[in-house]
Amino acid sequence: MTDFSPQIVAFCCNWCSYAGADLAGVSRFQYPPTARIIRIMCSGRLEPQFVLRAFELGADGVLVAGCHLGECHYISGNERAKQKVAKTQELLDVLGVDSRRLRLEWISASEGIKFAETMDEFTKQLIELGPSPLMGGA
Amino acid sequence: MSKIKEIIEDTGAFDCVECGKCTSLCPVAKRNPNFAPRLIVVKAQEGMEEEIKADKGIWSCITCEICNDMCPYKVDFSGFIQRMRGEAMEYGNKPICSQAGAVHTMERMTGMGQKQKRLAWLKDDLKVREKGDVFYFTGCVYQLGILYEDRAPELKQIPANMVKILNAAGIEPVVSDKEVCCGHDLLWSGDEESFEKLMRQNIKTIQETGAKTVIFACAEGFRTFDIDYKEFFGDLGFEVKHISEYLMDLVNQGKLQLSGNGSKVTYHDSCRLGRHEGIYDEPRDLIKATGVDLVEMASNREKAICCGVNAFVNCGEVSKMMQVDRMLEAKETGAETMLTFCPKCVIHYNCLLSSEKKPPEIEGLHIKVKEATNFIAENLKGGGEAN
Repeated sequence: MTDFSPQIVAFCCNWCSYAGADLAGVSRFQYPPTARIIRIMCSGRLEPQFVLRAFELGADGVLVAGCHLGECHYISGNERAKQKVAKTQELLDVLGVDSRRLRLEWISASEGIKFAETMDEFTKQLIELGPSPLMGGA
Repeated sequence: MSKIKEIIEDTGAFDCVECGKCTSLCPVAKRNPNFAPRLIVVKAQEGMEEEIKADKGIWSCITCEICNDMCPYKVDFSGFIQRMRGEAMEYGNKPICSQAGAVHTMERMTGMGQKQKRLAWLKDDLKVREKGDVFYFTGCVYQLGILYEDRAPELKQIPANMVKILNAAGIEPVVSDKEVCCGHDLLWSGDEESFEKLMRQNIKTIQETGAKTVIFACAEGFRTFDIDYKEFFGDLGFEVKHISEYLMDLVNQGKLQLSGNGSKVTYHDSCRLGRHEGIYDEPRDLIKATGVDLVEMASNREKAICCGVNAFVNCGEVSKMMQVDRMLEAKETGAETMLTFCPKCVIHYNCLLSSEKKPPEIEGLHIKVKEATNFIAENLKGGGEAN
């Protein structure tokens, strides 16, 4: 399946990762145009429902990106994001969606290159995993 | 004929004589003066369709069926609400779901044709089959246990404990990872289309195994099969039984032996098992069979206070007030544990008990709310250790 282009929904926190994505853009780093970025104020704002709904509507992968641990703008929001992502991954596995399709990354505002690399790597991984099983994939 | 007229005819709402008994007994109306079951029915009768479709009140009902039980003219109020919600959804009158609707999405996701790992709980020492007479419908307790790991992690143990109890009685149940959610929460939140889709998949899965009896540990799943599936589908071709009935038969036949430590417990009648299905005695007999001291709360059986939330659509101030009232009743009995057969009740009560800021009335309260299947599994004779 070489012509499969995965659809990624990326939830980026306002203070680090969204700015990181911005930096990747203004620095003209190349990365695959597979992600639809949704800005959230903090990665801790993420609800399992956001992820589930994204998959229900046909996403092949979901990326959650926030500030590095200890550097959260709201002190410990990203710790919560970590817990929520862990339980959502467990739930996805039981539902028959590979938990690798949900990825958590810490990307700071200065790490434009990390953002581009993450998108690149995640896209490659999703191409390997194929289309979402909820949309008729394996 | 408009759909609302049809609903009025089908549920007997036409017979309403506006006596107001429902409103006077309604636990929501008691705590929320803006809500009145009687008014909703009257509005529908008078053809105020637009108003009723925009009325947020139909989402406030907790469908506990106290009104159905007490109505002198046997109006099926909860059935009326169930179907009106479907209508309301079409007009954009949507509920505010707990956890942003994660439970509903998760339930819809079970039926999207992928291969689930629904039997993740199945361990090697548990004996199950692929085909046989007795099908154990697990429902989504395991998934709910993951989603609500912060307040009700014990839900994850129910399926394994259930199989353990059945194995102890010499029964090897059929379990299937093709099973999908029963659709209870979708039906009660106005999504009939998804409900029917899941229902057809479930019935097909069960019929393929050749099972004659389907047993449930979950009160909601049981009600959904016993009442809603039969209404939407017709004859299912198999018998449905709640485990309290099923296990009590086994205890009476001497196939299942229980022994407990004689602690003091109380039993909470969940609305689905109690008022909806009329099962009051079997759960009590089963709990007593473990040798514990079962004490009753002030309101019990058909008058039991509900946990305050239905299908995750109406959690709010009123729900919390009802939960506090129930906890105070439980405290009065002096019991250490409150048992119930409904996993959702366990979630909702533990939501109150585990909240960081508790209402002052229940500060320092030490009662535990526990799922009864897990309790029975802990009190098996011989194999007393729980999973």
